[in-house]
Amino acid sequence: MHSLLPITALGGTAPRIDTVANLTLSENPSLALASVTARADHRSACRAQLKTLLGSDAPAPGKACLRDPELAFWTGPDQWMIVAPFESHEDLAARVKARFGETASITEQTDAWACFDLRGDGIDAVMELLCAINIRTMQTGDATRTSIHHLGCFVIRMAPANGLRILGPRASAGSLHHAMLTAMTSAPL
Amino acid sequence: MNTGKMNQINRLEGGQIDRRTRLKFTFDNRQYYGHPGDTLASALLANGVRLMGRSFKYHRPRGVLTAGSEEPNAIVELRCGARQEPNTRATTAELYDGLYAKSQNRWPSLAFDAMAINDRLSNFLTAGFYYKTFMWPAAFWEKVYEPIIRKAAGLGSLSMEEDPDDYDKGFKHCDLLIIGAGPTGLSAALTAGRSGAEVILADEDFAFGGRLNAETYLLDEAPALDWVTQTIAELSSLPNVRLMPRTTVMGAFDHGIYGAVERVSDHMFSPDPGKPRQILWRIYAKHTLLCAGATERPIAFDNNDRPGIMMAGAIRSYANRYAATPAQRIAVFTNSDDGHRTAADLHAKGIKIAAVVDTRSDAPISTDYEVLRGAQVIDSKGRLGLTYVDVRQADGSMRTLECGALGVSGGWNPNVHLTCHQRGRPVWNAELAAFVPGGALPPGMSVAGAARGIFSTHGALTSGAQSAIDLLALKSAPPSLPQAEDTPVTQKAFWYVQGCSRAWLDQQNDVTVKDVKLAHQEGFRSVEHLKRYTTLGMATDQGKTSNMGGLAIMAELAGKSIPEVGTTIFRPPYTPVSIGAMAGRIRGKDFHPTRLTPSHFWAKERGAVFVEVGNWLRAQWFPLPGETHWRQSVDREVLATRTSVGVCDCTTLGKIDVQGTDSADFLNKIYCNGFAKLAVGKTRYGLMLREDGIAMDDGTAGRLAEDHFVVTTTTANAGKVYQHMEFVRQCLCPDMDVQLISTTEAWAQYAVAGPNSRQLLQKIVDAEFDISNEAFPFMACANITVCGGLRARLFRISFSGELAFEIAVPSRYGDALMRRLMSEGEEFNVTPYGTEALGVMRIEKGHAAGNELNGTTTALNLGMGRMVSKAKDSIGSVLSEREGLNMADALTQVGLRPLDTSDKVTAGGHLMAVAGPVDAAHDQGYVTSAAYSPTLGSMIGLGFLKDGSNRMGETLRLVSPLTKLTVNVEVVSAHFVDPEGIRVRA
Repeated sequence: MHSLLPITALGGTAPRIDTVANLTLSENPSLALASVTARADHRSACRAQLKTLLGSDAPAPGKACLRDPELAFWTGPDQWMIVAPFESHEDLAARVKARFGETASITEQTDAWACFDLRGDGIDAVMELLCAINIRTMQTGDATRTSIHHLGCFVIRMAPANGLRILGPRASAGSLHHAMLTAMTSAPL
Repeated sequence: MNTGKMNQINRLEGGQIDRRTRLKFTFDNRQYYGHPGDTLASALLANGVRLMGRSFKYHRPRGVLTAGSEEPNAIVELRCGARQEPNTRATTAELYDGLYAKSQNRWPSLAFDAMAINDRLSNFLTAGFYYKTFMWPAAFWEKVYEPIIRKAAGLGSLSMEEDPDDYDKGFKHCDLLIIGAGPTGLSAALTAGRSGAEVILADEDFAFGGRLNAETYLLDEAPALDWVTQTIAELSSLPNVRLMPRTTVMGAFDHGIYGAVERVSDHMFSPDPGKPRQILWRIYAKHTLLCAGATERPIAFDNNDRPGIMMAGAIRSYANRYAATPAQRIAVFTNSDDGHRTAADLHAKGIKIAAVVDTRSDAPISTDYEVLRGAQVIDSKGRLGLTYVDVRQADGSMRTLECGALGVSGGWNPNVHLTCHQRGRPVWNAELAAFVPGGALPPGMSVAGAARGIFSTHGALTSGAQSAIDLLALKSAPPSLPQAEDTPVTQKAFWYVQGCSRAWLDQQNDVTVKDVKLAHQEGFRSVEHLKRYTTLGMATDQGKTSNMGGLAIMAELAGKSIPEVGTTIFRPPYTPVSIGAMAGRIRGKDFHPTRLTPSHFWAKERGAVFVEVGNWLRAQWFPLPGETHWRQSVDREVLATRTSVGVCDCTTLGKIDVQGTDSADFLNKIYCNGFAKLAVGKTRYGLMLREDGIAMDDGTAGRLAEDHFVVTTTTANAGKVYQHMEFVRQCLCPDMDVQLISTTEAWAQYAVAGPNSRQLLQKIVDAEFDISNEAFPFMACANITVCGGLRARLFRISFSGELAFEIAVPSRYGDALMRRLMSEGEEFNVTPYGTEALGVMRIEKGHAAGNELNGTTTALNLGMGRMVSKAKDSIGSVLSEREGLNMADALTQVGLRPLDTSDKVTAGGHLMAVAGPVDAAHDQGYVTSAAYSPTLGSMIGLGFLKDGSNRMGETLRLVSPLTKLTVNVEVVSAHFVDPEGIRVRA
């Protein structure tokens, strides 16, 4: 076990949690991420591997497969992001590469992103102040890419109890968090 | 001090104001009282105030003309201090306790305005006055004339303080956007809402109901307000319907996108903490129903702009909705039955009707008040407010009516504005003598109710419901709608009284009938020319009450019909929008997001001075106690690195993961030099060219596996290079098996540079990885582990020219790694260095950066001409061979040292012969980068010089006329430090 202590994207040793009315915004550093992109001539094989891993078809555009321990969502043509618990899957990229072999290019993306979970009442009102997605029609399992405060982000509608998951660029976690917290304060909750 | 109600001398019974609460407000430093439900205009009228402003050009006394957003006259400065907002319409300013307003465009006071002299000079101040008068001398325009004219012109003043309020921008989606919540909009919303469709109902007013609030109509034999209340209650209960009062849909943009401004807190003294003042919404609507109603049109006659002369429908609004009247004795001037409604409603409220002056000889008569058939109001009197009107009766005799207000009604114009925002042109409806929506409407838009020319209440209700059914293709029957009046409406044109001259068309910009005639006489006959010459319709109200009158006069003068004259085009915004709403949260320190490096928090603790590099905040230098000048810190950092070891966060460099079986071929395509044969575990410097052969970016690419590279880019070009590579992958080489993804932020990457860098890293890198010079030579790269097993990447590359490495770990461990490097490096006096020292060292080493890759330079200029491989086809390689880029005396990169080591060298200066002219014809090159080199003890520079590589040792003159610098410099190798490259290979 190495001896370096991690910090969260917001710079803390513990995740930051903010509550406004009945809405909670939690920094979530406990995710490991790896991108999966099908190699040319191996697209079917890659999808087959995804199906085995996820227990269902590879997510279609705009969709996520919500499943423990791995979650996956579509990020581009023949490209997906796999998400798993960091504690048990810090080596997610290596594991996925071992499984997918030459069928896909796998890249560790764990620390490319900062993750925030938004739970509680008033999510829609907050998101309407942040991005152009049609949040009211987003169902559990929908995932989309959008721009929040000029930052390219992924937004995933989790199961109702788990609210919304937002992945944004890690280096701009502070700006993203500020924008979200401002919107939470501003929105009519 | 006044005590409220007893001074509300023109307050009537009834209305939709809440008398239980009294609101105190101030206008021109006098205190008044009103009630919730009032606007500033209605409260002023209730308090007997008719004079509310001065006109734009002639400074004539003006009062309120309308009761809505079309108001041209009652324009005030609202609030004070930093919140002062000029040019606010008193008719839409909702009253709140503590409201503070001032009239504008008057000095010293509203009642006595010295600038009213302009009115006496009106013969000189006609249309085109400025164009004709201020032509000479030309130089006076900017410095003398314009400031004076601006000062005299009737706009409010800015506080010159920062707006203390916040504004939001937001996004909404819906199946049906209904613009306007009058009877049409409400019935449409009810129909669409019951179907389950996602509906947004927006209205600029704070109360829904539209004209139903202003009229005394019965719906199902009950007051219309009952139906409005009941309908709003049902709509509020529907989760698929969103009601947006105080929201002006101000523009119809492409693809069903509408701009809307929601005034969240304008009805309050100040916004609640954390809440915005306004929100600029972008509404994505599948369908839109415009139910914007209609605007009443005036009739022009001489001196028709006195305070007290108002639209007849507005007087009805003030009486019925706001329980306020402009006077106790009122006359009406009309050409339709609509004016009679005002008289009837006022009479019922106990107001004395001086007479109804109707241009029609067959006008209906009344038993309650006198109706002058076939008569016209031709003039008015009263210094600061109306006292009399002169009437020419049907038999030609004159009569004077005493009255404190005159309600004027020339019919109604459908509010077609939003139908025109995408260049749709309305069509003329002869029956209504008005333009109605026509031509190509914005896609997905339909129009109903009065906005479509359907003026009866019954017509409004049914057309709203039916339009919703049609737009949403509903199968259901229309909802049961209340019984409503369905009086047939005919309108005849009566735009102005014949023979009038100083009769106002555009009251906000002070344009008279005479001005329009003058424009025609002087040849400005196109409607677009008329508009610009006279400024008709160019004020903040966009001519809502004036355009039609101007068109009608033009038509008459030209002997054409109004549709033949045509219209100017309405453009967004429908009503003025605060600049703050346009900016939203994107201002001040939130103007753009910032990017923090993994060592940011540590660097902050160390007292680093940060610099913005794009969105990144990078440590520029790390001052130590006692260092009072940045150069002291930077010199120390450079020398410490060159003598022992320094560490710099270089995470900001773009990192692009390139994988796939064709990734080597792909790199061969994007780099001008070869990559196909790069061995696994090696890194190579690469230069990317644009298609035109000019250098685009440089960096390194490390090969981690046969099918896996990591490409680095400059910080500035990271995004641009990634875009370029994606373009090449998707469009130029779609058959290649190559996959790209950015990993810039995934890895914390630090340069560890200096003769002791290896020793320091050996304390970090796990023992099983041999990083000796033999095992890990210059330009090696590898996946390794550090600190007991953490995955990491190590590159032996050097920007400083020293023995150096770049080490990368997952970003979350970057902070800890930096701290570890510092603690383990204590024995070497390890020194963190910032971008300034980084820059100094790269200049000392002669490495190109953004200053040299400036969009005009080629590989040849950069001294890398031979790197452009002719053995393969790469982007830009062919065009880099253009003759013009390969002249014998082409610019090449050189180093420059001042002959006198105390002299300055500055970037941007040009190189000339020691003697001779200093001009473009004798220009021999220019300096791109300069710095003080603590290593050499003088300033040094990098630059481009004609045939520079063959001119070593020559003396030139560096001149910078801008900074008045002239220095003799010697041309030297760009590699000031370790030109043989011994250190990097040590």
